[in-house]
Amino acid sequence: MQTRSEIGYNSKVEGDVVVTRVDAAISWFRKNSLWPMPMGLACCAIELMAAGASRFDIARFGAEVMRFSPRQSDVMIVAGTVTYKMALAVKRIYDQMAEPKWVIAMGACASTGGMYRSYAVLQGVDNILPVDVYVAGCPPRPEALLDALMRLQGKVAREPVLSTLKVA
Amino acid sequence: MTSIDLAKQLKTRFSDLISEPVEFRKEITLSLSDAERIGDVMVVAKGELGFDYLVDITSIDNYGEDPRFTLVYHLYGYGHHCHLRLKANVSEEKSEAPTVTTVWRTANWHEREIFDMMGIRFRNHPDLRRILMWEGYPYFPLRKDFPLAGRPSEMPEVAFTSTAPMAGGPFVTIAGGKDTISREPRVRIPETDSLGMNARVERRKDIQKSHGRAHGPGPVDSRTKNG
Repeated sequence: MQTRSEIGYNSKVEGDVVVTRVDAAISWFRKNSLWPMPMGLACCAIELMAAGASRFDIARFGAEVMRFSPRQSDVMIVAGTVTYKMALAVKRIYDQMAEPKWVIAMGACASTGGMYRSYAVLQGVDNILPVDVYVAGCPPRPEALLDALMRLQGKVAREPVLSTLKVA
Repeated sequence: MTSIDLAKQLKTRFSDLISEPVEFRKEITLSLSDAERIGDVMVVAKGELGFDYLVDITSIDNYGEDPRFTLVYHLYGYGHHCHLRLKANVSEEKSEAPTVTTVWRTANWHEREIFDMMGIRFRNHPDLRRILMWEGYPYFPLRKDFPLAGRPSEMPEVAFTSTAPMAGGPFVTIAGGKDTISREPRVRIPETDSLGMNARVERRKDIQKSHGRAHGPGPVDSRTKNG
């Protein structure tokens, strides 16, 4: 690839160079290595595991690193029914994640409480967490989860980075 | 050794306490007149009659009747492969029964679940606390006067609950309809339940009349319309 603009750099001699903005570069790094925090609570966790296995391969998107430590993860995938008993634990783990962090609500139960309209089930994890992408399904197919991951990647790519940087 | 023989043996041992065995679809049920004597009956059932497996203990809320609660014990014996069901009534003022954890250790969690869901306490239980809901939850959810949607409650740092939006539900299958469409879980209108029809099915006929079809456009329809 030859550079066309006048920057006094000969790529044939020095190698390929891409000129871009810091925002775009950082967003590219982030979206292609979204490490999930799998909050696998119920049956959707099985489909999450299936998405991580070889047939559907979430590793293609850089997200095979399912760190069960919130300190080391970027996106929390809430896969399963969030009961009221579990709700505060989920919130606590979300609080322990470092910025920037996103949430995928996987499945009907995490999105809206699903088929469990009852006294014991939180009607949607968005009552306690800010959700970025919802995945419909009971359980959603692994391809649906990967589609959600791709949408989240699109959202991450569009997010401004330097202007929203939190300075201590 | 059949269930009915074992039931009759138990009846002869405790003739004043236990009713005649009732059979329904090859299942034998005995009723106890006094829930306080459950311990004695269960010791005999396990020790002499060989019912070494407590399958389940559950409770029924007879809302509006006195006594309000019924405890149901399901017994089974690995040796003789026979089931037996025992029922005992517990009144609401008392809301207490003796534990059978001394006979079968598995009764521990069953009784905890009954305490959690129905509010019946068990005397001499080694660890009587809530098992499904959390300590300090103020209600007993499986009582008939507790709504399915739940009630708001708050325990800071532990858990909170709120009322679930029912949206016309609960969406349960309506028994006895003439086909599966009329039995499908829909919003229930009580007036139409007894008529053996599903209000949604009737509305389907109205839609057919006004729009020329009984359902919304599916993917095939929209494709042919545009293409």
